[in-house]
Amino acid sequence: MFRLEARTSTSAWFNLALPLLAIGATLVLCSGLIALAGAGVIEAYGVMFSASLGDSYAITETLVRATPMIFTGLAVAVAFRAKFWNIGAEGQLLAGAVASCAVGAIPMPGPLAMLLMALAGAAAGAAVALIPATLRVKFKVDDVVSSLLLNSVIFYALMALIEGPWKDSFSGYPISPPIEDSANFPVLLEGTRLHLGVVAAFLAAPVIWFLIARTTLGFRIRVIGENPEAARYGGIHVERVLISTALLSGALAGLAGVSEVGGVHFQVMSDISPGYGYSGIVVAMLARLNPLGVMPAALFLAAVMTGAEAMSRATGVPAFLSDVIQGTALLAMLVALLFTAYRIRRVGAAR
Amino acid sequence: MPAPLIEMRGISKRFGAVVANEAVDLSVAPGEILGLLGENGAGKTTLMNVLFGAYAPDAGEILVQGRPVTINSSADALAAGIGMVHQHFHLAPRLSVLENLLIGIPGKSGRIDRAGGLARLAEIGRQHGLTLDPGLPVSALSIGEQQRLEIVKALFRGARLLILDEPTAVLAPTEVDGLFSALRSMAAQGLGIIFISHKLNEVRALTHRCVVLRHGRVTGRVDAPASTTSSEMAQLMCGHEIVPPARGPSTPGAAVLTLDGISTSRHSGMALRDVSLFVRAGEILGIAGVSGNGQRALAEVISGVLAPDVGRMTIAGKVVSRFSPCEVQALGLGRIPEDRMTTGLVTNLPLADSMVLPRIGTAAFSRNGLLRPDAIRAFAEAQIKAYDIRCPGPMTRAGALSGGNLQKALLARELAFDPKVLVVSQPTRGLDIGAARFVHEKFLDMRARGCGIVVIGEDLEELLMFCDRITVMYEGRIVGTLDSADATIARLGLMMTGAEGHS
Ligand SMILES: Nc1ncnc2c1ncn2[C@@H]1O[C@H](COP(=O)(O)OP(=O)(O)O)[C@@H](O)[C@H]1O
Ligand SMILES: [Mg+2]
Repeated sequence: MFRLEARTSTSAWFNLALPLLAIGATLVLCSGLIALAGAGVIEAYGVMFSASLGDSYAITETLVRATPMIFTGLAVAVAFRAKFWNIGAEGQLLAGAVASCAVGAIPMPGPLAMLLMALAGAAAGAAVALIPATLRVKFKVDDVVSSLLLNSVIFYALMALIEGPWKDSFSGYPISPPIEDSANFPVLLEGTRLHLGVVAAFLAAPVIWFLIARTTLGFRIRVIGENPEAARYGGIHVERVLISTALLSGALAGLAGVSEVGGVHFQVMSDISPGYGYSGIVVAMLARLNPLGVMPAALFLAAVMTGAEAMSRATGVPAFLSDVIQGTALLAMLVALLFTAYRIRRVGAAR
Repeated sequence: MPAPLIEMRGISKRFGAVVANEAVDLSVAPGEILGLLGENGAGKTTLMNVLFGAYAPDAGEILVQGRPVTINSSADALAAGIGMVHQHFHLAPRLSVLENLLIGIPGKSGRIDRAGGLARLAEIGRQHGLTLDPGLPVSALSIGEQQRLEIVKALFRGARLLILDEPTAVLAPTEVDGLFSALRSMAAQGLGIIFISHKLNEVRALTHRCVVLRHGRVTGRVDAPASTTSSEMAQLMCGHEIVPPARGPSTPGAAVLTLDGISTSRHSGMALRDVSLFVRAGEILGIAGVSGNGQRALAEVISGVLAPDVGRMTIAGKVVSRFSPCEVQALGLGRIPEDRMTTGLVTNLPLADSMVLPRIGTAAFSRNGLLRPDAIRAFAEAQIKAYDIRCPGPMTRAGALSGGNLQKALLARELAFDPKVLVVSQPTRGLDIGAARFVHEKFLDMRARGCGIVVIGEDLEELLMFCDRITVMYEGRIVGTLDSADATIARLGLMMTGAEGHS
């Protein structure tokens, strides 16, 4: 018989090993599905690996994929630290994409356009995140529900935009007009899609880490997340910090949209995000809400996504497997987190 | 003597390097109330958790009515007739009293047997005076009623032995009386009871026999608690004598805190009605009263959390214009809260974070919005040393500390910045004698250094021991104030019922 016993501390290596264990468990569990689909497990994972990390081009593709998830992962990590349950990164991303696309379509010098796109996208994301935060602070509305439902509102607003005023009058496709060529983010490596936004994402992670770990705002975010009452008595304006957190979180998610518009799609369409906002939740959980951990976690999911498409082509296993792996990874991580609080102890059977 | 209901033999339990219990023998007979005594960290809770199946012992055996048993879970313990009321209750707040009782109890054919539950609840209530409204949600119950529900839950599941882990730490004195009569009634019916408390007068009044633990080992057994003095028992617990600190004469200076006609509204507890009081530099003012008579609102107003509707407050001569914790702190107020874990510290973060929390925005710990991690760490380390806070270091999770060490950490945090006024609620609640003694000494220290201290408490003996003046509150008002030289427990007790105390 086994039982759970509370533990008071965990070692550093254990904390590091935890996400790896969760990922390992996920791959083992999903291999069953691959076998069920009639493909060789080793072969399928082999194709996945070589298509996502096998050569330098594959690696750049994975980096490009990881970029929006780094931004949304950071957005969720920051919010969850303060226990602001922002499930709305998807909508904030879309708002950021629309705003940056609108700005990018205005003719102006490239660098200025890129800067303004980033500002507009961040502002749009922040504005969207402000809604559930304000509802929670003023009216105690549950932020999980309000931020989640807002995603649909934003999505259909975007659809209305690209089916209406932004509709391509020439082709009739529901896609927005493209941004100016000069506003396209520069490509860093000839022959790849590695764009400026990728660098920005990998710079954002340490910046956010620093903000959380080393600034008074970060301190306050951590404290209100763990114990809002002690924070209030300690002289912290809990509501104010919560709003700041929401703005920061929304802005980061908005930047995910900016980077997709400026670096990958150059316009807005209905499927600009295959759920990067939701993947951000998985990324943040795998990273255990650590901004630095968001980078490897996003890379893992990106590799799964790019790899799954190639695997599907090569072995006939449906590409949905990528979604299943994501979901399983989240569940495995949640289970793994249990072991930071409890240890398993073997005991003799009751007499 | 009847055969023991339960017997623990040679129980040992280690957590890593910490020896929580070492070769402990203990038994309880039917109808017996056994006191389990020991300082914070002596291993009382651990020992009871072993008995209740939460921890597996490293060595030793447990016998129930003479037969050895293995208890691996609370379900095993309940099956063996052992019930436990933990320090922190295990209730579902949104469910009703009856539903909480019936959780995990299968009725006939998988249905919940509400009628049977109601009948048993009424019966238990009648037998021991443990009445509860079955329909109320747990969130609407007072702490005392929640505890009653925990006891009823254990009886409901057929407990023959009831373990109570520091049950009186959360109760007001009047509620303690009710609890004791219920426990006596249960013992009279042949139940065994293990009663854990730091308060020696309670142990002497209630128990038939005591076992004293120190550093996880049994250091004493008391066969006649009623005729043993508190200081004899204290010596068994601490290994040395505890002398109350001497309070010198006070030479109070100017008033450092004044409240003038303060009234509040809309407070979850009792609101304040026209409260005026003052504390001078170098004096300790006690606030006595049965809990729930406005003490909480008073503490919140002084801490700047609750803004009064009318009235004026000054700190160190300056009128408080905006009621906020920042503002009153800046004027020189320090605060030791009643509920250390909820409004004091952040249990899931490192201790150092909790120790700098109220002053994180000041130049001592941050500059231009950037933290100074070295300064924070150095401060925490220095305080841990100065106050002898027992913990592995400043990065330990605050929640891992024992009650006494948490209180020391809070004291360290507030006293480090030389407050002009200190407002303290229930300063020694849940602390053992040694830790309480330390807290008293610190207050007298601060008094000598010219700090004005307000102590909100229920323990009249304690208040009389170190306060210069005692103010009594009743239903949100001030009944009167006595110099402690003129105050007696009887007189204060009378005032606490609302009778005017001053002529
Ligand atoms: N789960 C645990 N992990 C590690 N140490 C523990 C745990 N529980 C208790 N301890 C330690 O065991 C000792 C005894 O604690 P406890 O039984 O809670 O004491 P008491 O109830 O007498 O105050 C203390 O030193 C405490 O820190
Ligand atoms: Mg204990």
